[in-house]
Amino acid sequence: MDSKKLTARDYASDQDLRWCPGCGDFAILKQTQMVLAEIQADPAQTVFVSGIGCSSRFPYYMNTYGMHSIHGRATAIASGLRLTRPDLNIWVITGDGDSMSIGGNHLIHLLRRDLNLNVLLFNNEIYGLTKGQYSPTSKQHIKTKSSPFGSVEKPFNTLSLAFGAGASFIARSIDREAKHLQEMLKRTNEHEGTSLLEIYQNCHIFNDGAFEQFTDRKAQKLNAIFLRQDEVISFGENNEKAFRFDGLSPRAVDKANYPAEELWIHDESDALKASILCNWVESNPELPKLFGVIYAKKQSNNARNMDSDVLDERYVNDLIKGRKTWSV
Amino acid sequence: MTKQKENIAIKFAGDSGDGMQLTGAQFTDNTAAHGNDFATFPNYPAEIRAPQGTIHGVSGFQIHFGSRLIHTPGDEFDVLVAMNAAALKDSLSGLKSNGVLIVDRAGFDKKNLRLAGFDPDQDVLSSPMVNNFDCIVVEASRFAQETLADSPLDPKAKDRSKNMFILGLILWMYSRDIASVERFISEKFKDDEVLRKANLEVLEAGYHYGETAELSRYKTEVKAASLAPGEYRNIMGNTALAYGLMAAAAKAKLHMFYGSYPITPASDILHELAKHKYHGVQTFQAEDEIAAACAAIGASFGGALGVTGTSGPGLALKSEAVNLALMLELPLVVVDVQRAGPSTGMPTKTEQSDLLFAMYGRNGESPIPIVAAGSPSGAFSAAYWACKLAVEHMTPVVLLSDGYIANGSEPWRFPQLDKLPDIMIPKAPEDKGMGESYLPYQRNSDLVRSWVTPGTPNKQHRIGGLEKELETGNVSYDPDNHQAMTDMREEKVRRIATYLPNQEIHCGESQGDLLILGWGNTTGIIQSSVKELMEDGFKVGQIQLGFINPMPKNLGEILNKFKCILIPELNTGQLLKLMTIAYPTCNFLGLHKVKGVPFKKQEIVDEARKILKEVENGQ
Ligand SMILES: Cc1ncc(C[n+]2csc(CCOP(=O)(O)OP(=O)(O)O)c2C)c(N)n1
Ligand code: SF4
Ligand SMILES: [Mg+2]
Repeated sequence: MDSKKLTARDYASDQDLRWCPGCGDFAILKQTQMVLAEIQADPAQTVFVSGIGCSSRFPYYMNTYGMHSIHGRATAIASGLRLTRPDLNIWVITGDGDSMSIGGNHLIHLLRRDLNLNVLLFNNEIYGLTKGQYSPTSKQHIKTKSSPFGSVEKPFNTLSLAFGAGASFIARSIDREAKHLQEMLKRTNEHEGTSLLEIYQNCHIFNDGAFEQFTDRKAQKLNAIFLRQDEVISFGENNEKAFRFDGLSPRAVDKANYPAEELWIHDESDALKASILCNWVESNPELPKLFGVIYAKKQSNNARNMDSDVLDERYVNDLIKGRKTWSV
Repeated sequence: MTKQKENIAIKFAGDSGDGMQLTGAQFTDNTAAHGNDFATFPNYPAEIRAPQGTIHGVSGFQIHFGSRLIHTPGDEFDVLVAMNAAALKDSLSGLKSNGVLIVDRAGFDKKNLRLAGFDPDQDVLSSPMVNNFDCIVVEASRFAQETLADSPLDPKAKDRSKNMFILGLILWMYSRDIASVERFISEKFKDDEVLRKANLEVLEAGYHYGETAELSRYKTEVKAASLAPGEYRNIMGNTALAYGLMAAAAKAKLHMFYGSYPITPASDILHELAKHKYHGVQTFQAEDEIAAACAAIGASFGGALGVTGTSGPGLALKSEAVNLALMLELPLVVVDVQRAGPSTGMPTKTEQSDLLFAMYGRNGESPIPIVAAGSPSGAFSAAYWACKLAVEHMTPVVLLSDGYIANGSEPWRFPQLDKLPDIMIPKAPEDKGMGESYLPYQRNSDLVRSWVTPGTPNKQHRIGGLEKELETGNVSYDPDNHQAMTDMREEKVRRIATYLPNQEIHCGESQGDLLILGWGNTTGIIQSSVKELMEDGFKVGQIQLGFINPMPKNLGEILNKFKCILIPELNTGQLLKLMTIAYPTCNFLGLHKVKGVPFKKQEIVDEARKILKEVENGQ
């Protein structure tokens, strides 16, 4: 790479963006390019691998190496690339259908293997590219083209799914919070192991407003918890509420009534607390949804089994010959 | 007085717990050391631990060895070792009418008879069914117990060494030196002195039994064969295939990545490759066949030799990924070790019925090269060539093997890498330093694009499964472009024919009345058939097709020199269909069998005679 400082523009390819006007994908693309510029990522060492879906068009718009593959399989393709190329910085771009429906099997196994990949899960709670069917993250009762009477299926709790599969890094952000998204993208990139960043993304055409309760300033206060390391987990209209543990059960309490040390202080490296966040807080319809780094397992080197050695001719010759030969 | 014989076929049959595969493998190694030519055919039960003593639990190992060249494991055998009643019931029909039957009496008690479906009160060993043969009743189980009277092993463990008794006896019968087997046992049980001693003692007891029991009239010698001069080793099909892949990677100076999901009969390739983890081979046991293929594509994108291996059901799952490799124009070798039947079918049985699936089993117009292994040792060069074509032509290639090749073994005059053809990686054209942008789908005269991997400075590009513009690779829905790309992909595969070795006559005449055209595991059986027909004065030849798509350029020339062409296949006529399309003016006839077992020589010879008679009568 030459020494000139790269700007966000340098990470954009010459292709015209083909998303619908108003789509949340634009913002995610922009923030990703900004973050790559900020960390001065070498475009030649950076790879984006995607599956199929609106979101999976992403690699075409990046002036890095890229592959737009087949539906659901980006995680598997990126795994093969990762295992043979320890040097590259590899990002997976996937949608909610791509990662959790057709590619669900590969996602959980990637999380279990914990290969060092950055997975950006664009969750718009809908199948965008196929024009609006309900997805495995769509809210129950949603009316879509394939569920005109309301869907009877319950959605996945993405965080819980990831945690259950053994994820070592789980974070969530949203297309409209530029700064937060940038910060999460950076954290995702820094983590050694599979980092799963779920990004709530508005599909302006087929599921518009699905995440309004998190973007509208007033509603956000009631509906979202933005987690910060070492800070009391607080929520409510005026941030007045917090959790206090009663044994293993967190209870929502008025923050003012307790000293900070008696309240739940977020520690992203605490697996037990992460499991309560993923399985209990996130799945409780009465409670706000979680944003930020939910879990980041402390791990040193995760260079699991990566190898790019070339086969040696002498080794193969010996092998072919074997131990027992005879001459005629 | 030791008799001399030109060739002998033996089948070891027993319960799957009786150690017949080990006995067979040891006898095979000894046969190799003795200098015979040979071919083997192991036949496992479908269940891992089928009920003991039942027909389902019978495990067999057939070996055919000779002082002349051996092409097949033999239609029938001269000697049958039946360790129990079930093994007898299962295998007796394959014993020659003048054959020798060796049974272990303990395997014919009331319980074993009942489990095998005989009347438990019947004295099977004195029945005409057995007495029609020259039968030797040995008491391998009892001798094992007696030999090990002083051993601390429990009776069950002692009983398990009875296969060593049989092995010793057979080694004696065929005038073999038992030292190599003793070395093997010593090595295998080097950490367990009790077992080591027990096995050696029972082996020796078996070896000496022949003399004391006055079985000398059975003593036979099959002299070393006069194989082509060179250095040989024994090799199994799956191992040869794995070595072929590794040889190609080494020759091309590539790292090798093998993605696979366990499936019979392909798993042994995964097992073999996994041993070489710290030597440039990476195996990835994926969550399913789709992931296995996709991970191999990812590895290939990164510049490794991406290979994925499976059997029929797995190939079905890989279809979409293989098509992705076709669109990306990345090297990918897809190994299909075929097994019998649709769906789960008969996993442990052999068939050649995935050919048309390999050819056509993908959505859209999807031409890809197909290479077929013709024998256990032939799997090496087939694998090598599959890799060579995949890399040099930037394409997925299907490599077809099958269960019979995979588990069979034979002597192999192995090559060393310097004797193998080079593998050239298609590199990007030199930068002229004008800041020109890299066009990922720019092609050379063979329509092959260059393999530029991530990490290469200033050549960033995106590839994908959407239809692309001819050179830039940009997404394109232009009608004329799609037509051009479709034609180009077809032509790209067709041009590979220029680089294939010429089709050779495998044996027999190069022109005449009948050409027997085979592919895959029929190599040996057709060769023996052709020899027999030639001895009878017929003008017959054999070719064995290793490159099925595209076919070698000189194939038509050969075909045109014969009046009739017979294509025996273990399917209902798949190559026959392809040949009929490719060479519409030739006179093709098919011979088909789908029983899960290979052809017998007689089946091919009979069919050939029928055709030759018609040719003679001018029909
Ligand atoms: C094997 C296969 N099945 C179905 C499709 C059709 N398909 C393309 S994208 C898609 C769903 C995409 O939804 P999501 O992953 O949520 O991505 P989004 O478009 O919402 O970004 C489907 C069903 C396909 N391309 N391939
Ligand atoms: S359909 Fe929805 S997700 Fe797809 S591009 Fe349009 S707005 Fe975005
Ligand atoms: Mg979606």
